[in-house]
Amino acid sequence: MSDRTSFISIWFFIGILLLIYGILICGTGIYEIFVPPEQQVAEAHLRPAIWWGGLLLLLGAFYCRHFAPSKTRRAGTKSGRQ
Amino acid sequence: MLQSLFQYPFLAVGALQDVAAGAAKPARLLSLSTVDLLIIILYFGFVLAIGFYLKKYARTGEGFFMAGREMTAWIAGLSFLSANLGSLELMGWAAASYQYGILATHWYWIGAIPAMLFLGIVMMPFYYISKTHSVPGYLKLRFGESSRALSAISFGFMTVLMSGINMYSMALVMKVVLGWDINFSIWVSSLTVAIYVALGGLLSAILNEVLQFILIWAGALLIPILGLIQAGGWSGLVHRIQENLGRADYTHLWSTMGSFTDNPMGIHWTGIVFGLGWVISFGYWTTDFLVVQRVLSAKDMRSAQLAPIIGSAFKMMVPFIVILPGLLGLAVLPMKLVPEAQAIATGGHSYNEVLPLMMANYLGPGLLGLGITALIAGFMSGMAGNVSAFATVWTYDIYRPMVKKDKSDAHFVAVGRWCTILGVLVSIGTAYLVMEFKSIMDYVQALFSFFIAPLFGTVLLGMLWRRATPAGGFWGLLAGTASSIGMWAWVKVDPGAINVIALSSNAKDMAENMYRALWSWIVCIVVTVVVSWLTKPKPDKEMEGLVYGLTQFPSSAHLPLYKRPIFWATVIAGMFVVLQVIFW
Repeated sequence: MSDRTSFISIWFFIGILLLIYGILICGTGIYEIFVPPEQQVAEAHLRPAIWWGGLLLLLGAFYCRHFAPSKTRRAGTKSGRQ
Repeated sequence: MLQSLFQYPFLAVGALQDVAAGAAKPARLLSLSTVDLLIIILYFGFVLAIGFYLKKYARTGEGFFMAGREMTAWIAGLSFLSANLGSLELMGWAAASYQYGILATHWYWIGAIPAMLFLGIVMMPFYYISKTHSVPGYLKLRFGESSRALSAISFGFMTVLMSGINMYSMALVMKVVLGWDINFSIWVSSLTVAIYVALGGLLSAILNEVLQFILIWAGALLIPILGLIQAGGWSGLVHRIQENLGRADYTHLWSTMGSFTDNPMGIHWTGIVFGLGWVISFGYWTTDFLVVQRVLSAKDMRSAQLAPIIGSAFKMMVPFIVILPGLLGLAVLPMKLVPEAQAIATGGHSYNEVLPLMMANYLGPGLLGLGITALIAGFMSGMAGNVSAFATVWTYDIYRPMVKKDKSDAHFVAVGRWCTILGVLVSIGTAYLVMEFKSIMDYVQALFSFFIAPLFGTVLLGMLWRRATPAGGFWGLLAGTASSIGMWAWVKVDPGAINVIALSSNAKDMAENMYRALWSWIVCIVVTVVVSWLTKPKPDKEMEGLVYGLTQFPSSAHLPLYKRPIFWATVIAGMFVVLQVIFW
C-alpha cells in the first residue's frame, strides 16, 4: 500500500464540488432577480436558489478549508502517522 | 440486491417502455438549462478525476479489493448506505408513497434499522475478526468450499445481471424524464463507473459513494423542505391528504395493518414484522456482500461496528427525501396520478412520475441540474457497488480457488481490474437483452429473492451455533434456495397457491414475497439443524474467530460510553421506537 495517510481527503473533493455548485446555483438565483424566468416554479418567491446555493457554497468553503491537503498532511505528521 | 422486494418494487419499468415508445405522452417531463447541464458535466468530471487520482493507492490486492481496510467509521458507514441508495429507489419509493401512503416507510425503518444495528453489534465482529474478503469467503472458512462455491457463483452472476437491469431502467427513466437517448445514458454512465472503479478499486468506489451520498441529499432535500412550506407543515400536509383523498389511513404506519383488507398494500402486520423486518431485511443488510463489503473496509473493529450504526442513523432519515415527496405529491400536485397502464391509455401522469413532477414543481434552473445529478449519482453509486463486489467475489471466491491458485498478488489485482470492466460489459449486454425481452427482468429480479433469505439462515447459524456442520450449512442453503424457487414456481403455475404461502387469498404480490422469504428461511434453518445433528462437526480449533463461544471479542470497557458502538446502537434503537409511536 502506498502512503495512504498522505492522500487528499475525499471531504476536500466534496468541498470543491459543493463550492462550485454553490456559486453556480446562487449566481443563477441572483441573475433571476434581474431577469425573471418566463415560467416560475412553486415557492419561487422564497428564492430557494439563492439560499440553497449559498448554503452549498458555505459548506463547500468550510470543507475546502478544513480538509485542505496542506492541513490534513500536517495533522498526519503531528500524530506520527506519516 | 433484492430489488424486487426491497428497493423499488413499485417502479413499473416495464410499463415505462411503452411510455418511452411514445404512447400519448409528452417527449419529456423536464427540460434542462445550460447551468443544469454544466452541473451534471462537472459531476462526471469529478468522479473520473477521483478515480484517476486514487489509482496509485490500489496497487495491492488488499488495496484494490478491500480499500486497504483503512476506512473510518464515517466513510464506511456513508458508503454502506450509499451503495444501497439507488436513483431508482428514490423514484420507486416516492411513487410507492404516493400510491400507498406512509406504509412505504416500513422498508426504511423496520425493514432496515434493526438489521443494520444487528449487523454492527452481533455479526460484524465475526466478519471482521475472521479477516474474510467476502461473505462467500466467510462461508468457506465456516462451512467449506462447497458452500462458498454455491454462494459465490449465485452472487457473482446475479450481481452483474441485476446491474444491467438497473442500468437499463435508469436509461429508460432518463429517456422519459429528460428525453435522453437510451444508448447514450447506458454507455456514458456505465463507462464512467467502469473507469473509476477499474482504476481505484473499492477505494475509488467507496470514496465516490460518499461524494454521491452528499449529492443525493443536496439534490433531493430541497423538495420536501419547499413542499412542507407550501403545504403548511406536517399537520397541513395530513389535512390536505385527508381532504384530497377522503381517507385518513395514508399517514399511519401500523394502525391499518390488522387485516389484509384494511390497507392498500394488502399486507398483514405479521408479514411486515416477520417477513420484511426479520428475514428479508436481515438477509439483505447482513449477508449481501454489496453492502457488507463497504463495512469490511473499516480500519478497525470499532469502526466496522460503528459504520452500520452510522448508516442506520442516516437510513432513518431517508424517508424525508424519498417518502415525503410522494406524500407531498398527494397534497400539492394539481393533477391526480394514476397507475401506469391508465396513464398510457389516457395520456395522464403515472405514480412513477411523482418525483420528476415534484422536481418540475419546485426546482428552477441550477437546482434542477442538482436534482438530476442526485438521480445519476444514485444510479452510479449502486452500479459501482455491484461491479466492485462482483470483482472481489469473482477474483477471490471463484477465480483464485477454482482456476489459478498460485499466482501473485499483482496477478489478482490485474484480474480484478479486468473483472470490473468485464462486469460492466456483461451488465451492458444484459441491459440490451432486457430491452429486447423485457420479461427477463421479472425472472432475474425473482432470482435474487431466492438466495438472500436462505443465505441469512446459513450465515446466522454459522456464527451463533457451533454445532452447525459443513454438510448442514451446504444442504440448508441449497434446500432453502430450492424451496424458495419451488414456492415461486407454484404460485406462477397456480395463483391460488398464494392462499397457502401467504396464509390468505387476499394477500397481494408483496405479501407473497414476504412469506416466501420467511418459509425459505425456516426450511434452511430446519435442514441445517437436522443435517448438522446427523453429521460430524468441525473441530473447535478450526472454528476459532468464526463462531460464538470460540471467538475472543476485543473489549470496549476502557472506552468512554459515547465511543462505544452499543451506546449508539441503543440511541438509534430508541429513536426508531419513538418514530413508530409518533406515526403509529
